[in-house]
Amino acid sequence: MVLVFGCFAWWPILRSLVLSVQYTNLVDPPTWVGLDNFSNLLADPLLWTTVRNTVWFVLLALVFGFPLPILLSVVMSELRRFSGLFRVLVYLPVAIPPVVAVLMWKWFYDPDFGMFNQVLGVFGLGPFPWLQDTATAMPSLVLEATWAASGSTVLIYLAALTSVPGELYEAAEIDGASIWRRVWHVTLPQLRGVLLIMLLLQIIGTFRVFTEPFVLTDGGPEDSTVTILLLIYRYAFINGDYGTAAALGVLLALALGVISAVYLRLTRKWSRT
Amino acid sequence: MSDDRGRGIVSDIDRRRPWVRRPLRLIQGILLLATLLVGLGPILWTAKGALSPTQDLLRDPLRLWPSSVEWGNLSTAWTDLRVGHYLLNTVVLVGGSWFVQLFVAAAGAFALSVLRPRFGRLVYGAVLATLFVPGSVSLVALYLTVLDLSLVNSPWAVWLPAGAHAFNVLIMKQFFDALPRELYQAAQVDGAGPIRLFWQIVMPMSRPILAVVSLLAVMEGWKDFLWPMVAISDADAQPLAVALPRLAETAEQNTVIAGMLVAIIPPLVLFLVFQRHIVRGISFTGLKG
Repeated sequence: MVLVFGCFAWWPILRSLVLSVQYTNLVDPPTWVGLDNFSNLLADPLLWTTVRNTVWFVLLALVFGFPLPILLSVVMSELRRFSGLFRVLVYLPVAIPPVVAVLMWKWFYDPDFGMFNQVLGVFGLGPFPWLQDTATAMPSLVLEATWAASGSTVLIYLAALTSVPGELYEAAEIDGASIWRRVWHVTLPQLRGVLLIMLLLQIIGTFRVFTEPFVLTDGGPEDSTVTILLLIYRYAFINGDYGTAAALGVLLALALGVISAVYLRLTRKWSRT
Repeated sequence: MSDDRGRGIVSDIDRRRPWVRRPLRLIQGILLLATLLVGLGPILWTAKGALSPTQDLLRDPLRLWPSSVEWGNLSTAWTDLRVGHYLLNTVVLVGGSWFVQLFVAAAGAFALSVLRPRFGRLVYGAVLATLFVPGSVSLVALYLTVLDLSLVNSPWAVWLPAGAHAFNVLIMKQFFDALPRELYQAAQVDGAGPIRLFWQIVMPMSRPILAVVSLLAVMEGWKDFLWPMVAISDADAQPLAVALPRLAETAEQNTVIAGMLVAIIPPLVLFLVFQRHIVRGISFTGLKG
């Protein structure tokens, strides 16, 4: 175990740090370049577009993808019939390999033959350009990603909902709390711990989005969907500039670390009160 | 789930009131339709597309039933696009990753939890620390490491890094920690060495956790895309997930969709058969993660 972790977990992490201050193209021996990789990176105008795109993706994914599983799981936990069937149906998209899911959605989004424009066309709407327009490309990716990821989150919330003690609802009901108030004042506060963790995990996960922009749009149109991981991939495996790619990886890790630390500090205060 | 805990948000008295009962019924109906459409719809679309002539997809995309059912698409995909070959690659990669993950996690957790060597805590800390470094960050360095070990294009390039999975070690160790220590001591008094202890005492008792880790490992391995694409550049050795986007650009579309269907079926069957365990595994790992 130590060997496997040593070779494929600890060593690559250390090596990322080393690589980020080297120039390596695999042909010549690596040379030390100090912080040149970082300054090249910061001078690349594409970096700022990428950061903006990624933050935009994360925010949209939160707006779409965070409340939806909560709503679904609370409703599903109250339905008495078909609860097993619902759980299977909700999880189905998660069981589909992401690449296949993305290829499917590429069809659905097709402006001429796609399902979405065809259905909307029946109601006299559209046709919409979906992935071909800089304004709609990113929301389209988010829609696919939300569809693909919500199922497992719903199952986690459903499990958490079973641990909410029934007496609390009983007490709330006797005090005359309506169903909405019970959801708001009992269910959500009881789930607070899970919700906070899932929110952080979702932020970290969406910052590392790759498959969707890579297969659906390849960063286009006009670089409007290039994300950080896609940029790392391009630096390393298309330009062969491994040092700069590693530098960007280190920056991403630092950014995520800072976000997590700040988030945990803020929410620790909040969850105490 | 509401059955498990006796009562939920909506009480039995509420359910008898018409202004609660009717909307609840309505919500149930809408939810059923929506989840059927959103969950099952895309899979049925793939199945339909896989059996249709390409013309259908272009002329009449909303068609519910193919104009002529063409089973031949599947065999064309299997032989001409070599979907069968790529599927075999996937199976080999996933199988190996599963074995390595299980072995590393079980042996590592056993050593840390039962044998407790010196520096054990330090090692465990270092293992857990990797949880906080997102895997994609060290992607480039991992690639260069694999390159140095000249594992590129060999299945080991996927198998071994899969083993460095801190989360598996974590849940295995927690499971082993919860087993009664008297048991180990009794076995040691009876003269069982560490290897016997591992195979004959700990492993048979760990079946539930081994099942959870296995299922998650297989599902995860089947979904993997970025790393196999980077680590296995030889088109002939690629798994199906990596080969499909490449094929989609050149091949006849209905055969590509047939290939997609082939890629969906195994994880889908696995999920439907083991859904109880998977649901349990997800809720368990999700809460801990």
